[in-house]
Amino acid sequence: MRLLTHNMLSSNIKGVTNGFPLRIEAEKVVEKTVEMNPDFLKKMFDKIQWKAFVDGSRAMGFTELPEEVDSSVLESDEFLSRFHHALLELHLEEGALVCPETGRRFPVNKGIPNMLLHEDEV
Amino acid sequence: MASRPELLAPPEVFYDDTEARKYTSSSRIIEIQAMLSERALELLALPEDDVPKLLLDIGCGSGLSGETLTENGHHWIGLDISPSMLNIASEREVEGDLLLGDMGQGLGLRPGVIDGAISISAVQWLCNADKSSHNPRLRLKAFFTSLYRCLANGARAVFQLYPENLDQRELILNAAMHAGFAGGIVVDFPHSSKRRKEFLVLTCGQRSTNTSVTKGKGEDGESCSDDESEDEENKTVSISDRHRPRKKQKHNKGGKGREWIMRKKEQMRRRGNDVPPNTKYTGRKRKDRF
Repeated sequence: MRLLTHNMLSSNIKGVTNGFPLRIEAEKVVEKTVEMNPDFLKKMFDKIQWKAFVDGSRAMGFTELPEEVDSSVLESDEFLSRFHHALLELHLEEGALVCPETGRRFPVNKGIPNMLLHEDEV
Repeated sequence: MASRPELLAPPEVFYDDTEARKYTSSSRIIEIQAMLSERALELLALPEDDVPKLLLDIGCGSGLSGETLTENGHHWIGLDISPSMLNIASEREVEGDLLLGDMGQGLGLRPGVIDGAISISAVQWLCNADKSSHNPRLRLKAFFTSLYRCLANGARAVFQLYPENLDQRELILNAAMHAGFAGGIVVDFPHSSKRRKEFLVLTCGQRSTNTSVTKGKGEDGESCSDDESEDEENKTVSISDRHRPRKKQKHNKGGKGREWIMRKKEQMRRRGNDVPPNTKYTGRKRKDRF
């Protein structure tokens, strides 16, 4: 699972009002190179919640992203390539996602998070 | 006609390791899936600006439909309930991210982030109650409302489906309309029993000029989707509705409680009604043997 998906995911448990962002507990992170597309990055930049994104990337061991950003950083190629790396090339292979409100763990195996809820959580 | 898999077992049971492998190694299925997803993508009518989109593949299975999305340069997130299918997808190293989840429990995604959703032969599974806790109507509702929330304004969702009968089609369409979607069913090749394919095309949020329902392929003369596209105008809801907080579910397992009864009695007294006096028995639970 990439940080792109992590940034869209929130906890869906019944009664949870703010299930975003899910905390990442990383055990194994892999990197896969993909081609960079600046247009897509710029479009995603508007949609990404930056705080959650930076925290996620730190939890996965990538610390080169700035804490605070505004849209002017998109002009810098260096920033774009870091953003691209964190967004699309880092994969959480083994670990867990933790709901911020209830502490419920969603295990991640072979890169696939198990988001199935128990019956009493629906 | 071959038996329908959804009548045999729940999806996570039916698509076990052997069935998942069989499914993905059949060249006929691969071809059909590719064709269907190609058509679904066409019906999504994404803006042609060469910027990759973030799409959702609901019931992605082993990623056959996702491959079509990748070929067209889009990023996608796939959701499926069968771990075996997802294992095969990750073995095949599909480009999209995979999630193990149940669409009937609602999609846990942030509002307004997804540019479009496709789903190939998946939604009809929701019409079955595989567990005692399942209620198809509620599961469809949970699915469509959560989908509506996560789609961006003006985004479309295209579902290819095989409804078993008219009632099922009605059930699915109603659930979608109640969630706030506009749209209707597009039928490709309506006169051929073999090639006939149904697509449910839904639009989220404001109706822009180009979102009238596309015509089905191979329709001669009268279009089958005419009646639905007329409905569309009445059923669009305003976008301000999309960000309203989810309704809190009422839970009154333990009854209304003493406090509530006292308040009501007080209210009735103020209105001058004849109300019995408050005693230690007021609002008390009856004994079980009653």
